[in-house]
Amino acid sequence: MLLFYVFGGIAILASLLVIAQRNPVYSVLLLIASFGALSGLYVLLDAPFVAVIQIIIYAGAIMVLFLFVIMLLNAPHEDTDEDLARGEAALTRGGSRGVKVFGALLAGAFGVQIVWALVSMRSEAPEASPVSSVAAIGRTLFTEYAFAFEVTSILILAAMVGAVVLAGRAGAGEEQL
Amino acid sequence: VTPTLDDYLVLSAILFAIGTAGVFLRRNLITILLAVEIMLNAVNLTFVAFGRSFGTVDGQIIVFFVMAVAAAEAAVGLAIVIALFRHRESLNPDMFRLLRW
Repeated sequence: MLLFYVFGGIAILASLLVIAQRNPVYSVLLLIASFGALSGLYVLLDAPFVAVIQIIIYAGAIMVLFLFVIMLLNAPHEDTDEDLARGEAALTRGGSRGVKVFGALLAGAFGVQIVWALVSMRSEAPEASPVSSVAAIGRTLFTEYAFAFEVTSILILAAMVGAVVLAGRAGAGEEQL
Repeated sequence: VTPTLDDYLVLSAILFAIGTAGVFLRRNLITILLAVEIMLNAVNLTFVAFGRSFGTVDGQIIVFFVMAVAAAEAAVGLAIVIALFRHRESLNPDMFRLLRW
């Protein structure tokens, strides 16, 4: 239980800081910390394979992709004066603030509602015995979910081609779009 | 005392709400994509917790598919961000309100 609170606390804190950071590089690094904590939670849930995959795929591959793009674009920090000055006339500061207040209220209401609903109906369901063997996962993945697995490969291929077309060299990209 | 399914669901709900707040509050396309990743991970936690509770591996397998979709989403989303940045020199989504290029 102590480990659950430690990992959960780190995950929530790091996620909040991801949202609060102005520099996207720090956001990515904090998100990696959050993923590390989630990985610990997966270990607590008797899913060590998912925990390893979380670190390798998410922290190792996807987040590095984000870092590459951030550094490639030399991304400006948001909400600078130039940004606001360059914003079109219809979008005043007030309008932007209205959107922010609406979003904060929506997310807050959403979170409170879900937490309240979950807390108010605590179930006493018995815990089933854990299934954590990698062999069992592989067997199910390549029998019951074999079709979905193959379809996923087509999805990845389509995403790869789409990314190359969209972000190809400037001239080629303009023609395609 | 071991944490119950409800504990994980509450934690997952909190993370999902944080991700939702990030999508609405931030005005930086890359940070918005990061907030979407937080939401996806909250859902992954739910899947694993339910799979553990029901004693099946299906929850963990769905997590792999979610990760594959997340990778595809990140690749295409970042490619679109690069294309938009080339066009407008900005990452502020308020700059891209027209469907016209």
